[in-house]
Amino acid sequence: MATKMKIKTGSTGGYDVLVLAKHPMETGNRKDEKTGELVPAHFIQTMVFSVNGAEVAQANLSQGVSANPLVGINIQTAKAGDTVSVNWTDNKGESDSVEGKVA
Amino acid sequence: MKRRTFVKGSMASVALAVAAGAGLLHPRRVMAASWPEAALSADNVDAALQAAFGTTEMTDSDDVTIKAPLQAENGAVVPIQVTTTLDADTIAVISEKNPVPMVSMLNAGDGVGGVYSVRIKMGETSPVHCVVRSGDKLFRKTQEIKVTVGGCGG
Repeated sequence: MATKMKIKTGSTGGYDVLVLAKHPMETGNRKDEKTGELVPAHFIQTMVFSVNGAEVAQANLSQGVSANPLVGINIQTAKAGDTVSVNWTDNKGESDSVEGKVA
Repeated sequence: MKRRTFVKGSMASVALAVAAGAGLLHPRRVMAASWPEAALSADNVDAALQAAFGTTEMTDSDDVTIKAPLQAENGAVVPIQVTTTLDADTIAVISEKNPVPMVSMLNAGDGVGGVYSVRIKMGETSPVHCVVRSGDKLFRKTQEIKVTVGGCGG
């Protein structure tokens, strides 16, 4: 499960943080084409954004978010040199994180 | 399976849903909160709003803007960007006709909350509400998005 992050200067000031997580985001309503059985729900639930280790935002997702979710927020308080990290957890307890420096 | 049982139980119990909503959502103290299960599992808009905010009262506002396609060719990926000039502590994206209408919620700390973008699935043409909470009041902007090919259920 790869997760990528992009940080760029925000149009309204601060920095925009964009996170792309590779994840199937199964709703639990889809049927497997071969077996006809429901594919169990499997989706990212929380995505926590931190700046220098301090949490600044938490995105809560449901199964209604597209596969390979792309989530973006703007952090006004971030400065050049800050470390931004994002940590997500899904409904099966799997998780991944990504870290980057504000350039 | 235990978890599923719990989900059903919590959906049935409005009291629990309200309690969870009230407990989780103190302004600016939303960090490291657990996943707001009641709001993000509710099967209708009012129940989701009640669980998330404890109220369904809101004002339509032009201080909230939605950047999204008027017509989505592919309902599996509909990019939604919410921007607001209000000091928001929560931004919610709600697709009215989805099986689970409350698609995503951002709990924002200080210095965050002006922008939230996420790509959502839409089963059919539906109004999409973006609800922003600022100073304990709810502000809403709605846009109808036409979907030609659905994204739920495959």
